[in-house]
Amino acid sequence: MSRRAVIQGTGALIFTFSIERLAFPQDGGPAAGAGAPKLPGSLTRNPLLDAWIQVDADGKITAFTGKVELGQGIRTALLQIVAEELEVAFEQVSLVTADTSRTVDEGYTAGSHSVQDSGTALRNAAAQVREILISEGAHRLKVPADQLRAEAGAVIGPNAARITYAELVSPNLLHVEAQPVSRLKDPSLFKIMDRPVRRVDIPPKVTGGQAYVQDMRLPGMLHARVVRAPSYGARLLRLDTGPIEKMTGVVKVIRDGNFLAVVAYREFQAVKAMRAVAREARWEETAALPRQSSLHDQLLALPSQDQVILDLHDSAGQASKTLEATYTRPYLSHGSIGPSCAVAHLSDGIMTIWTHTQGVYPDRQAIAQMLQLPPEKVHCIHVEGSGCYGHNGADDAAADAALIASSMPDRPIRLQWMREQEHGWEPFGPAMIAKVKGSVDAAGRIVDWDYGVWSNTHATRPGPAGSLLAARYMEKSFPAAEPKPLPQPEGGGDRNSIPLYRLPKARVTHHFLPDMPVRVSALRSLGAHMNVFAIESFMDELALAAGSDPVAFRLAHLDDARARDVVNATADEFHWNARSEPTNGYGYGFAFARYKNLAAYCAVALQVRVDQLTGRTRVLRVAAAVDTGQVINPDGVRNQIEGGILQSLSWTLFESVSFDSQRITSIDWSTYPILRFSSVPESLTVRIIDRPGTPFLGCGEAATGPAAAALANAVANATGKRIRDMPLNAARVKAAIGV
Amino acid sequence: MIELKVNGSSHSVSADPDTPLLYVLRDDLQLNAARFGCGLGQCGSCTVLADGAPILSCVTPIMLLEGRQITTLEGLGSRDDPGPLQRAFIEEQAAQCGYCIPGMMMRAQALLQSNPHPTDAEIVAQLEPNLCRCGTHMRILRAVRRAATLLAGPSEPATGIPPTSNAGARIESPDSEADSQNDARRRPAHSDRRERPER
Repeated sequence: MSRRAVIQGTGALIFTFSIERLAFPQDGGPAAGAGAPKLPGSLTRNPLLDAWIQVDADGKITAFTGKVELGQGIRTALLQIVAEELEVAFEQVSLVTADTSRTVDEGYTAGSHSVQDSGTALRNAAAQVREILISEGAHRLKVPADQLRAEAGAVIGPNAARITYAELVSPNLLHVEAQPVSRLKDPSLFKIMDRPVRRVDIPPKVTGGQAYVQDMRLPGMLHARVVRAPSYGARLLRLDTGPIEKMTGVVKVIRDGNFLAVVAYREFQAVKAMRAVAREARWEETAALPRQSSLHDQLLALPSQDQVILDLHDSAGQASKTLEATYTRPYLSHGSIGPSCAVAHLSDGIMTIWTHTQGVYPDRQAIAQMLQLPPEKVHCIHVEGSGCYGHNGADDAAADAALIASSMPDRPIRLQWMREQEHGWEPFGPAMIAKVKGSVDAAGRIVDWDYGVWSNTHATRPGPAGSLLAARYMEKSFPAAEPKPLPQPEGGGDRNSIPLYRLPKARVTHHFLPDMPVRVSALRSLGAHMNVFAIESFMDELALAAGSDPVAFRLAHLDDARARDVVNATADEFHWNARSEPTNGYGYGFAFARYKNLAAYCAVALQVRVDQLTGRTRVLRVAAAVDTGQVINPDGVRNQIEGGILQSLSWTLFESVSFDSQRITSIDWSTYPILRFSSVPESLTVRIIDRPGTPFLGCGEAATGPAAAALANAVANATGKRIRDMPLNAARVKAAIGV
Repeated sequence: MIELKVNGSSHSVSADPDTPLLYVLRDDLQLNAARFGCGLGQCGSCTVLADGAPILSCVTPIMLLEGRQITTLEGLGSRDDPGPLQRAFIEEQAAQCGYCIPGMMMRAQALLQSNPHPTDAEIVAQLEPNLCRCGTHMRILRAVRRAATLLAGPSEPATGIPPTSNAGARIESPDSEADSQNDARRRPAHSDRRERPER
């Protein structure tokens, strides 16, 4: 029986390859022919099995992914998938993550896509590799394949016959194209997937191991710092670098147009030189930022590109009550705890960059363009950094390091941003506005819904060189790329702007604002945080108008069975129906969404106490339920949902980027406060709804929208006042309740 | 040259006396755990102990530290032989990106050294200066509670997330995990309820 026949389960066509093993699987293999069934997950980006899984002659198994560990636990989850389908011990598999010379181009690690895209690819690849090895075993043992099974890294046959994978593998055995259909394991037989396996990256992180790009120390490495302009677009008027070059330990002061950097032998020498440059440099500042007090009115006045993304005209009952509301979100910071960092090394004409970017290939493209090098002369290797939660300073730091290293051949350069640079220059999550008008009939059914969302782009990531700060400020500068809206169904600013509820008459309009007065890009869940905040707040406003319980009102408008299950499970987990009347500042809130209307389902219920004197809101108890399809690591899912809830509570309760007419002024943790331990709930439980055998849905961003709206709904329930502007900080709540 | 005592060893350091300890730990002594977060003493990622008390190494120049016993996370155990606090963080899987975690652990260590049986309020108060962005707070609190238990008694069987299996062995089922999570010595802050709908 042939490999292809084994994989497909049909036919007996011999399927062999004679082409050379590719040295660089990332350059893409043969694409599937037109009309061929679609390959699963990221196998579409490279169908060659050995681009994903390699089995060495000594039995060592290496899996390859174009996705990266961001602290979300993807490394462990992908290892679980491969070990499970390949029938080997978890410890026997190692994983190579995004590296432009070793892994498939899987774009960015973003959008809760890693498990769906890379996990699906690896699962299918592992299953197909297993079947190829069984087929090879059948050939060697001269036994039909259906009498063989794979177990513990070997093919087992009748009479205790056993051949290890190492014995079966030959150089080109796995250099074959994947097939569209794999023989996947039955979930009831799982031993490693769907189990709370401990994460492989945690032991080094809690024992002082080398865990991050910040920890890299290469021989001869020098330390660099950049000196950023005081405000967007500022021009360097003058700088006398002479005295700085004479400072102890300083190797070089780099000036390239409006890009400034210092390089020193020791890190703190670089910091001192950076401070000296910042003191000496004179700039012309031209930025004109919006007035913060009327930010949203100014955004609404910007030219917009309008697109109607939902337009329903079904018959509906007579409106008995009509409500209208406007919700706003400020600019939000990613606020990574570790400022962005990269190590770059120009050697033998190859620029190697170790970076915590979310996308090694797009970053390579942008940096190659900036340095005017062919992409194959730039090698980007992902090394973990501090959590990023979207497009933070990672790509910019990689570009900074590369630009510095390009003028210092053969010296590895470690560049780390300072706190004020990360806070001041990262691309923020965009400020947004949502306006909703909706009606219920006398029976409490929604009869019409008109929703508009105004937002800048949520995607200014690399590819183009102009996405990088260094490229924007260097002498031979690159312009920013034209901002574009991300298309539905995933969307950008309009992500999750279409409710999952049954709405007979509905219109949803995305008002895309191309002009960006403040640098913005992707923040975890993009527009979903704001849109779910607005939609789910408004659902509660309508429920109140209809005299309905918030959970019952949602269920009355939900047809999707899995959505209903998540809502019911959350209500049950929280004991929603046993909650007491809101009194003395205590209140309850509920919210639900399916992320992007196509990923994980998540609902959140929570209880708050609002201090009547100060307006301070304390979240006391949180319960959530999530349906993320087939679960790989339940503790990993739980960790992501817990983290998503707490991060969203921080955004929604406390956070707002501040600025004056020219400069960002929230440049550290005192000017940009976030959630601390004293604001953490007393309990937070997450119930996972198992859907064995269903597709992976991805859960990393599912909780942010529901958590934000549940909070707003609880504050409204506790105080009787609806607050529609984030953040719901003490000052705003105090003003609303009039104490 | 400045003499620094770090994790029980003496080191002669040639860095300038005004250099913050953090840079010396990371660059001269090649210790990874204390991390640069803000350089302003605002986030706690760089926390180490000096004579048992937490200090912010990013703003403490080495000239103030001669003769004092400095302890970093590396001084609490190793990957092969993790100390109780490290075991507790592994067993509770108390990290996402993990960048802030060593600083959290050193503040927790200072608390547990002086107060082996802290209340929840005392743990929260101790950790209040330290920032976590991933939202791992619930697990960090659980890990510190677990560490207090581990430090208090003789070694007890590990609970929490079990270590990975050997080849083919079935990993502890979610149900037994749930049982361990409901261990009466610990608060039931962490529900492991899962459900499988019929349809």
